Amino acid sequence: MAAMAQMPPPRLPERDRPWMMRTYAGHSDAKRSNELYRRNLDKGQTGLSVAFDLPTQTGYDPDHELAKGEVGKVGVSIAHEGDMRVLLDGIPLDQMNTSMTINATAAWLLALYIVAAEEQGVSETDLQGTTQNDILKEYLSRGTYSFPPGPSMRLIADTIAYTVEHVPKWNPINICSYHLQEAGASPVQEIAYAMSNAIAVLDAVRERVPGELMGEVFGRISFFVNAGVRFIEEHAKLRAMSELWDELGRDRYAVQSEKHRRFRYGVQVNSLGLTEAQPENNVYRIALEALAVTLGRSARARAIQLPAWNEALGLPRPWDQQWSLRLQQILAYETDLLEYPDIFEGSKVMEDLVSELIDGARAEMARVSELGGAVRAVDYMKSALVESHRGRWRRIESGELTMVGMNRFTSTEPSPLTSDADGGILVVDPEVEAQQRAALERWRSERDPAAVEAALSELARVAADDAQNIMPATIAAARAGVTTGEWSHTLREVFGEYRAPTGVGEASAVPDEDMAELRDEVERVSEALGRRLKFLVGKPGLDGHSNGAEQIAVRARDAGMDVVYEGIRLTPVQIASSAAQEGVHVIGLSILSGSHAELIPSVLAALADAGVADVPVVVGGIIPDNDAVALRAAGVAAVYTPKDWDLNRMMQDIIALVAERHGVDTAAPA
Amino acid sequence: MSAGPGRGHELGARLREGDLSAAAPVLNLVESRGDQARTETERLLAEVSPATLGHEAPGQIVGVTGPPGVGKSSLLSRLVAQWRARGRSVAVLTVDPSSRRSGGSLLGDRARIERDPSDDAVFIRSTAAGGRLGGLAPATRAAATALAVAFDVVVIETVGVGQSETEVADVADAVAVVVQPGSGDVLQFLKSGIMEIPDVLVVTKSDLGQVATRALADLRSALAALGSPPTAVVAVSSIAPPSGIEELVQALDAHRAGLDLRARRVRSRRMHALADFVAEYGDRGLRGLGGRREAERWLADQPRELDVARLTHGLQERAGS
Repeated sequence: MAAMAQMPPPRLPERDRPWMMRTYAGHSDAKRSNELYRRNLDKGQTGLSVAFDLPTQTGYDPDHELAKGEVGKVGVSIAHEGDMRVLLDGIPLDQMNTSMTINATAAWLLALYIVAAEEQGVSETDLQGTTQNDILKEYLSRGTYSFPPGPSMRLIADTIAYTVEHVPKWNPINICSYHLQEAGASPVQEIAYAMSNAIAVLDAVRERVPGELMGEVFGRISFFVNAGVRFIEEHAKLRAMSELWDELGRDRYAVQSEKHRRFRYGVQVNSLGLTEAQPENNVYRIALEALAVTLGRSARARAIQLPAWNEALGLPRPWDQQWSLRLQQILAYETDLLEYPDIFEGSKVMEDLVSELIDGARAEMARVSELGGAVRAVDYMKSALVESHRGRWRRIESGELTMVGMNRFTSTEPSPLTSDADGGILVVDPEVEAQQRAALERWRSERDPAAVEAALSELARVAADDAQNIMPATIAAARAGVTTGEWSHTLREVFGEYRAPTGVGEASAVPDEDMAELRDEVERVSEALGRRLKFLVGKPGLDGHSNGAEQIAVRARDAGMDVVYEGIRLTPVQIASSAAQEGVHVIGLSILSGSHAELIPSVLAALADAGVADVPVVVGGIIPDNDAVALRAAGVAAVYTPKDWDLNRMMQDIIALVAERHGVDTAAPA
Repeated sequence: MSAGPGRGHELGARLREGDLSAAAPVLNLVESRGDQARTETERLLAEVSPATLGHEAPGQIVGVTGPPGVGKSSLLSRLVAQWRARGRSVAVLTVDPSSRRSGGSLLGDRARIERDPSDDAVFIRSTAAGGRLGGLAPATRAAATALAVAFDVVVIETVGVGQSETEVADVADAVAVVVQPGSGDVLQFLKSGIMEIPDVLVVTKSDLGQVATRALADLRSALAALGSPPTAVVAVSSIAPPSGIEELVQALDAHRAGLDLRARRVRSRRMHALADFVAEYGDRGLRGLGGRREAERWLADQPRELDVARLTHGLQERAGS
């Protein structure tokens, strides 16, 4: 029985401390978000996760043309240091751990945070938290970039170099694989592209910090991952990432300390798989996904935030978010999850799964490396993601991939959860935008214009000199009262602007059998029109979530249409000008940020100004029923939401719409 | 609707008056198939022919061609801005190679050309090439000919390298071939005669420094060795701060100043007629003319003032006899 005695006890000597629990939150203005944060902390949330609105994320002031309809919508509007001060009011920053989902303007928001802390009497050396600060996935999926790749990578390297020395407890970057999965990445792609991205960042930092600091730098890099409902494989994915990360640190960057090489990640579980149909089922999906990132101790998340059950319907209310927080608390405090060592250790199945993923990821990483690394391979990765997403969608449509309540087991009782007066979602007060504009005007009139001008010209000088770090000038600008838009505008002047690849042009056309009927119909209608049916797919506003629009564009192409797709962030005038010049027969607009009520009427007005009011417009997005009625009344021909997941049916509608508007007979039923 | 009776006449008149807003309906018309549309397109072209105008259409028709990824769209953004700064109106016809078995296409080029959407003097239209890399879309010749009446500059952007730029050379007054430093294939193509010598050679990414300088020198010496007529070689950089763009505009203007415009346009109309004929009757029709070379010889003997429709009808009669 001696052997028995040597076996480790099945339980840990002491229960593990739970992960950091956060809720991705923020809306309207700083004051209302601050109140929300304090309530969330009262409920047992242990860290903050700040959601910024799209103008703040892309570097526009609330009074910029592109900000219209977006101020305070998907997050809080932070236009200057005064807003940041109010946002963090009464929250002790020497104790709080704050995660900020901010990328293109990360250096700026970090500077505002540092200055707000300074005013609380907290030194930057004591600050803890994370700036997301990952630009490649913005090009690939999320769309809130501002500057071209070169200068963007420099800003990232600068913030890392600065924090390693001055804000040592800060995680200056979260390499995000999260949004890659949302864009359709397979687990192998998610691992490979995230690792390749990290290599690009580390190589850039290596140029800007003394060699002896690389260990520290490596140790400060953390990840932000996704977890889908296939939770066994998802867990294996995280173990695979841990192994690859450790190896990368050892072999490529000669990082000696094991602690520095440890794979640290936070997580927001999958939104892609959340359904609009029978939305209550999403609660189960979220719970299972949470298991993927907590089950095995050796690859457990450091911080977790869970989506709300109703994300496919609109913006979640505080109560919806509380429900998700309670799930984390039950998992951490009621279950026995935290009492054991790694429960997969020695599992043959898990080991094999992990090595399968590692092999696949290595091959894909080699591909990216051959293309010259992640920055140069953005085009390749983007089209690979569009392709992968396309395959996923086809499997959902064919029924090969089951989505309960959506493509299977669809009969349902009416849901009491969505029958509330507000439809079960948060509606941001439409007055917020005007209030923020007025507040900004006051801010501008009360500051010292000479100091602002001096700070901006120093910023421009530093930006133009690649050898300098952007952070000190940025912090000085924050102190001088510079606004988010001014900071970004100054850098745009120096760095130039950029449009990321759309990835759709390269998506391969698979002549699926079930497309034949659609193609015949497009041919027939095109023949009657005199030229090929031409379809403009547009994304107005600042919303960068283009995955849906890309799939629509590719499908329309596969159905035989000529498709004009110009990517994200278009003004109504741009869309109208393209529609008129290109001579399109129909326009599809996609908006997921909830600003459809403001933006769609602006596009319709611009189309009328451009003399193409007669071209029918269809709209897709996360659009509540009441809004859909209003849009149709304003002249929109059809409204599609996530429950319209059968894209071929949508194509049929669009062809029929064009036929009807041009007096072409609709097809005889097949 | 877009090809109703009288449409060609009306649009032609609008173009002659310099009405730039006629551009979109003109494209809608010339892209349309069917007998009615063809008749109206012929009328449109007659309305803007030298016989009606009393002179060649004054616009400068520029072909911009080169392999994928060399930076044609970025270059066009800068070029358009430069022309606009000089007060010239610009129409850009992008010919997208994407076209698939489905018959559909994804046209993304216009997105990469920066423009002020409220500037009515810039017109951009994308068309699918119908699967032929470097080839022209069927409507592009007619569109370029017509728009050159109202726009100061008409750009035809095609993708390709090697033989493919010959087709755009048939319709443009000047062809600028765009290459990037280190692309040796262009040198090979030039030396072996696969590629015709362009009117202007553009080397992009001149910000790359030495590589770009060497590419420039190599191209210049290759051209000199070929004993070519003086081909301008211009180095440009489209990233901020851009450079070489003014020089490129000047090189194109210099080419235009030294060009026998009438001769080039007459040739363009003859090739246009032949292309229309081949599109309609194919290789079989061509055999009826005694082959392409024979057809070109016949066209070369026709009176210079004939417009495209008359030339096409001439070919039809000849093939039928």
